[in-house]
Amino acid sequence: MSRLYVARNPRVAARSLDGEMMIMSGRDSTLFTLNKTATILWQSADGTTPLDEIVEHRIVSEFQVEAAEALQDAETLARELASHEILQISEEPFPQRNNAAGESRSGESR
Amino acid sequence: MPQLATDVARLSLVIETGGMPVRVNTTDHAFLALLQDRYAGFLSPSGNEEQAEIEFDVDLGPSRFADPNAVVSVAQHQGRWKLERGDFRAEWEPASRRGWIRQTANPYSIDAVLRIVHTLVLARQGGFLAHSASAIRNGKAFLFAGVSEAGKTTISRLAPPDATLLTDEISYVRKDVGKHAGGYIAYGTPFTGELAKLGENVSAPIAALYLLAKGTENRIDPLPQAEAARSLLANLLFFAQDEELVQAMFHSAFEFVSRVPVARLTFVPDARVWELIR
Repeated sequence: MSRLYVARNPRVAARSLDGEMMIMSGRDSTLFTLNKTATILWQSADGTTPLDEIVEHRIVSEFQVEAAEALQDAETLARELASHEILQISEEPFPQRNNAAGESRSGESR
Repeated sequence: MPQLATDVARLSLVIETGGMPVRVNTTDHAFLALLQDRYAGFLSPSGNEEQAEIEFDVDLGPSRFADPNAVVSVAQHQGRWKLERGDFRAEWEPASRRGWIRQTANPYSIDAVLRIVHTLVLARQGGFLAHSASAIRNGKAFLFAGVSEAGKTTISRLAPPDATLLTDEISYVRKDVGKHAGGYIAYGTPFTGELAKLGENVSAPIAALYLLAKGTENRIDPLPQAEAARSLLANLLFFAQDEELVQAMFHSAFEFVSRVPVARLTFVPDARVWELIR
């Protein structure tokens, strides 16, 4: 089974405030507020860490869930975020980008 | 041989909103008079050719665009903004500061073009237009934001004599780069809502943004910044299909709520609510 890689879409704007991650689509100005799992996924989506490792290290321990089930849920969530063009998904690692915090500031993602 | 060509007199005026002068040129005396009436209080002397930051030539014609209720389209292509709605078409090139508008002789089409162009300019400067009434009291500006029926017109109608109404519908917000650098300034606008009364052409530093809610008592409840940002974003006017400017607007909203107190203002519809706003 191939591994999945997820990367933050540089064409969205993102800010974390009061523990909430808010993301705005640059395409149609839709505003998304991510839940806790989606926020972890977003923050970990560096394009080079496989999704199963993100799940194992960040989600299973945080939510005390079974790894296989958590991975399946994470894949579903990642594909949903990708459908809104928030995340990008690939079976190959993405070229490295410098945005460790997962937040874009004005001008950073242009 | 007599001269066949006839010069058509160019008539113009300068509409200044938020400190940004926009020159409008027309060849139609009646349309000029209509604009002079519509934007009274926001007109600058039009003699100085260098004065305007933006200049539009208005080409009046019969209604030839279908569907006056069509959604507005604002997109940039090769350095030119193309603006289109059922009742107008316009183009504006920021580099040359010039553009044109094709519309019928009515004040609503050009009003929409001006609003759109202001949002485009403000987005690059950290400012914005918001669905919000605003007023100055004791030298401080207060914004009252909300969607239709939230109470913008009501709170404007209830304003006491010592409050100066800036707008009952669309607030004009710019970053303060002067005396109070780091803050924001609200300007009066000619963009009206149900009250159909132009705001005063004055400005003041913004002391607070209130999100309006009708209720059974008058009270102010501070909002967490995340909720404040989300609510402000929901009330911003922005029309352009442009990723760079959408991102700029997004960050401007967060910047604003980090510097300006945002609270929910619950009010009953009588003048006592203004006792809380000082």
